[in-house]
Amino acid sequence: MQQHAPRPSGPTGDGDNIIETRGLTKEFLGFVAVRDVNLKVKRHTIHALIGPNGAGKTTVFNLLTKFLRPTSGSIHFNGVDVTRTAPADMAGQGMVRSFQISSVFSHLTVLENVRVALQRPLGISFHFWKPRRTLHPLHERADELIEWVGLTPYRDVNAGELSYGRKRALEFATTLALEPEMLLLDEPMAGLGHEDIHRISSLIKRVAANRTVLMVEHNLSVVADLSDTITVLTRGSVLAEGDYAAVSTNPSVREAYIGGVHA
Amino acid sequence: MSFVVSERKAAPNLGSTSLRVLAVVAAGVLLAAAPFFVYPIFLMKALCFALFACAFNLLLGYGGLLSFGHAAYFGAAAYVCGYAAKTLGLTPELSILAGTAASALLGVGFGWLAIRRQGIYFSMITLALAQMVFFFCVQAPFTGGEDGMQAIPRGYLFGIIDLNNTLAMYVFVVAVFLIGFGIIWRTVDSPFGEVLRAIRDNEPRAISLGYKANRYKLLAFVLSAALAGLAGSTKALVFQLASLTDVHWAMSGEVVLMTLIGGMGTIFGPVVGAVIVVAMQNYLAHLGSWVMMIQGATFIACVLLFRAGIVGTIIHYLRARRGGSSGQA
Repeated sequence: MQQHAPRPSGPTGDGDNIIETRGLTKEFLGFVAVRDVNLKVKRHTIHALIGPNGAGKTTVFNLLTKFLRPTSGSIHFNGVDVTRTAPADMAGQGMVRSFQISSVFSHLTVLENVRVALQRPLGISFHFWKPRRTLHPLHERADELIEWVGLTPYRDVNAGELSYGRKRALEFATTLALEPEMLLLDEPMAGLGHEDIHRISSLIKRVAANRTVLMVEHNLSVVADLSDTITVLTRGSVLAEGDYAAVSTNPSVREAYIGGVHA
Repeated sequence: MSFVVSERKAAPNLGSTSLRVLAVVAAGVLLAAAPFFVYPIFLMKALCFALFACAFNLLLGYGGLLSFGHAAYFGAAAYVCGYAAKTLGLTPELSILAGTAASALLGVGFGWLAIRRQGIYFSMITLALAQMVFFFCVQAPFTGGEDGMQAIPRGYLFGIIDLNNTLAMYVFVVAVFLIGFGIIWRTVDSPFGEVLRAIRDNEPRAISLGYKANRYKLLAFVLSAALAGLAGSTKALVFQLASLTDVHWAMSGEVVLMTLIGGMGTIFGPVVGAVIVVAMQNYLAHLGSWVMMIQGATFIACVLLFRAGIVGTIIHYLRARRGGSSGQA
């Protein structure tokens, strides 16, 4: 997996940033949830978005993944303006998101979960007259991915029966099946126990070896451990940005968290 | 050692496949022997409703979409098929195709509107559209209004085989059922079926994987409507009648009942459910309106005792038993 050839960098002069927002703003009935956010995510880094509750992290996240439309401002992915692109088209462009509640297809087996992601490029997903074995050539790749996240013993188990941590792992396998350039993770550690946090965070590190990861996360020790860059949001605006050492010693960040940051 | 491992791995697939093959063989024997023991008209009615329920289950069980207006496709096809056979004098197979095509077209329009909303709103839109079809059928000149369209000729299949012969008609209905059932089975097992089930389980996730969910839902809707139409057309020829009962909302409710009793999201569940409901209607008919009470009680009992339906519960039971034994091995 890690040996994949590096992806061609996008057709952009500013090739270092895979995603860039300009003046991103989102209003809900007069309430400004996100105000003038200019975010730059460097290629092949892990970038974390943190902030107190209601800071607009999830809104920014949903804007980036196109699940929400911005009121104003623009989003550029690989130098291309994707502000008006449909969410389903983002996967084809190389950007795949995860969800806060671990999101698998519960009545499909582990193998089917991965296979459904693998089959899209085949272009046969409307072929209701073709037998299931049409999909069998995908099994080799699917099994590789399943092994990579350590789920081989659960290959034929319904995803709904997996533990929470294993569902997360399966989600990664499914996401990686699309060979995304960029992963957006919405609170990847939410609801996980200590052991699972360790497992998933090493998974994220391995995933990020040749990809870009942007995540929203509450668990600050995870953020400290994983991220190259941290953006702190409060009340919809960017408060501070930098690596963990810089951000955690920033006085206004400490104030926003009311002493919540323990370095 | 390696033998044990490989055996355990193969067991689940082998089990469900051999179970299905067994079910198909049993069903085949049953279908062949049945007309010599049971009233053939009852069998044909059961087969038509079984196909109707299977078509409905394709949408509910595999697409997660609860249509509350499937009578529209069943009934409209019955009228169109009747009109084709009686007024236009088409052969039975062409009449059935006409009815099916009409329902498919109706499904394209209604489906396109309904899939824009989710959950209860989706159901309400399908219900409202079906009511429009009902009132159209009450008013339209060619449907015969309250009397329905009567004395639809069964005609000669391919212009040769006389379908007024009950056994010939029975074989024909069995063939139609098997074709429809085969299409549904294949659809569920196809690459499309896998994506459809993924969308049913988690639509936002499917979208994030790059699937435009609405297109898949629409295709499922149209297939379901067309196959419901196939069932309705065939029913019109069996009873030589298309009536307002076929497009009434109670018919939409009945197909929900059949699917839930048998087990939604299972291949054979709707067939079992349809046979049970049709049998109750036929053999308890002398009890008058008590049939409705018994049907209601059966439904409540099914929902309370086996939430996965009869076939769904059997599958769960078999799986649990197999899981337990392989765990010990």
